[in-house]
Amino acid sequence: MAVDKEKWIVDPLTPWQETTPGGLIPTGGNAKYYITGGWRANHPVFDTEKCKDCRLCFPVCPDSSILIDKETNKMSGIDYEHCKGCGICANTCPFGALTMEEGGQP
Amino acid sequence: MGKRDKLSGNEAVAIAMRQINPGVVAAFPITPSTEVPQYFASFVNDGLVDTEFIPVESEHSAMSASIAASAAGVRTMTATSSNGLSYMYEMLYIASMSRTPVILNCVNRTVSGPLNIHCDHGDSMGARDSGWIQVYSETNQEAYDNLIIGTKVAEDPSVMLPFMNCYDGFITSHSVENIELIDDSDVKKFVGEYEPAHALLKNTCAFGPFDSQLYYYEHKRHQAEGMKNAKAAIIKYSKEFEKITGRKYNLFEEYKLDDAEIALVIIGSSAGTAKFVANRLRDKGIKAGVLKIRAFRPFPFDEIGAVLKNLKAIAVMDKCTSLNDAGGPLFLEVRSALFDQPLHPHTVNYLYGLGGRDVKAGDLESVYMDLIKIIETGETGNVHRYLGLVE
Ligand code: SF4
Ligand code: SF4
Repeated sequence: MAVDKEKWIVDPLTPWQETTPGGLIPTGGNAKYYITGGWRANHPVFDTEKCKDCRLCFPVCPDSSILIDKETNKMSGIDYEHCKGCGICANTCPFGALTMEEGGQP
Repeated sequence: MGKRDKLSGNEAVAIAMRQINPGVVAAFPITPSTEVPQYFASFVNDGLVDTEFIPVESEHSAMSASIAASAAGVRTMTATSSNGLSYMYEMLYIASMSRTPVILNCVNRTVSGPLNIHCDHGDSMGARDSGWIQVYSETNQEAYDNLIIGTKVAEDPSVMLPFMNCYDGFITSHSVENIELIDDSDVKKFVGEYEPAHALLKNTCAFGPFDSQLYYYEHKRHQAEGMKNAKAAIIKYSKEFEKITGRKYNLFEEYKLDDAEIALVIIGSSAGTAKFVANRLRDKGIKAGVLKIRAFRPFPFDEIGAVLKNLKAIAVMDKCTSLNDAGGPLFLEVRSALFDQPLHPHTVNYLYGLGGRDVKAGDLESVYMDLIKIIETGETGNVHRYLGLVE
């Protein structure tokens, strides 16, 4: 029931006096602190062997959950903390390197 | 020192907008508000303002653009009437909940149907619970003054709510009256720069995020506090305004109420007629008064109750029908305000002036006469009454 004013995370059921007007978020990029991975019913599985690194999966993910390795600049896996399991990446991958499996957790 | 002129209400309001020089004006024409963006567009064309004028394709877009511009961090204004306001409806709530102090000149016109372009308060009264501050004007001078004062009220950090500057369609918007304009430089000094704590062009932030069950209620309560604070802000900025113009405003106007026994509670241009009639009755020794509503949102609940409690009979005049078989919006709130008072005068409701039906001095005099009869007989009689209806 508090407000972290550095990350601007307002806890659920925070007293109205401490909340922000209209739910305004007075900072940028703090969506990463919101762990949406728990919403998944099914999860994508990444097969490195089949991946041709075309990176078509990257722009289609609605939750920026396709990870790109900064060193190699190659597709390196899924951010399971934020992936919501929509399956768009698996549908898009032309090489079968991404497949959906049952259950929320890998 | 101000400058005397004769102007229509719409022209006066457009001049106030020129003097304020907002960052964005987004509007779509609808009678009788059309002249406001029309005059303003000529100021833009003549280079008299720095405003980005957006001739949008609908009122819904006008309000959407206004909200976005206000969130971006600039002063934003628009104008509409009647069905135009209805078409903005969805966005009215977004504006107030997002705490964007958009200024809307609402030139009051009845809402169709049947189709009618004339004045009653059905349009803005329908939006009375949308979280907008609503101030109503009796004269062109007030419409001009209230826009300037309202800009400060809306932007006060303790308020941050949109502001509806309401005045009567045609009667006020198109009739030419004498008016005193404030010097451009004095208006600029009065309104100052708009400096919001958070704005999209100023700092990284996000407006209007998804609000779940665990947050929404607290944000609504926060908004309610803004509306509550608007009362003090209206008084504060009206006092500051009085210092530069000598024109005195409050939450409502008490006209000869001190010793009054009977009074009309009334909104808008008809308040002028009511004062005229009250004077005529005073000449005959009848203790008549008028309470003219200025701020309807926030509603001066305690203040109105305290002022009216000592009267003997009151007629609350609604220029809009709620079609609820219970009374007009002003009546229900005024009578409710009296409930907490130690004394309860006879209080009746009159519906009048719908769809621009003319309201003459004789009509309002007949209401005062009805109140006298109520006092004489001690019987309130029918609470819900129609004035000027043919039956
Ligand atoms: S779309 Fe498939 S092949 Fe292409 S980068 Fe993504 S996982 Fe690899
Ligand atoms: S399943 Fe959906 S959310 Fe998860 S990585 Fe694939 S596209 Fe992104």
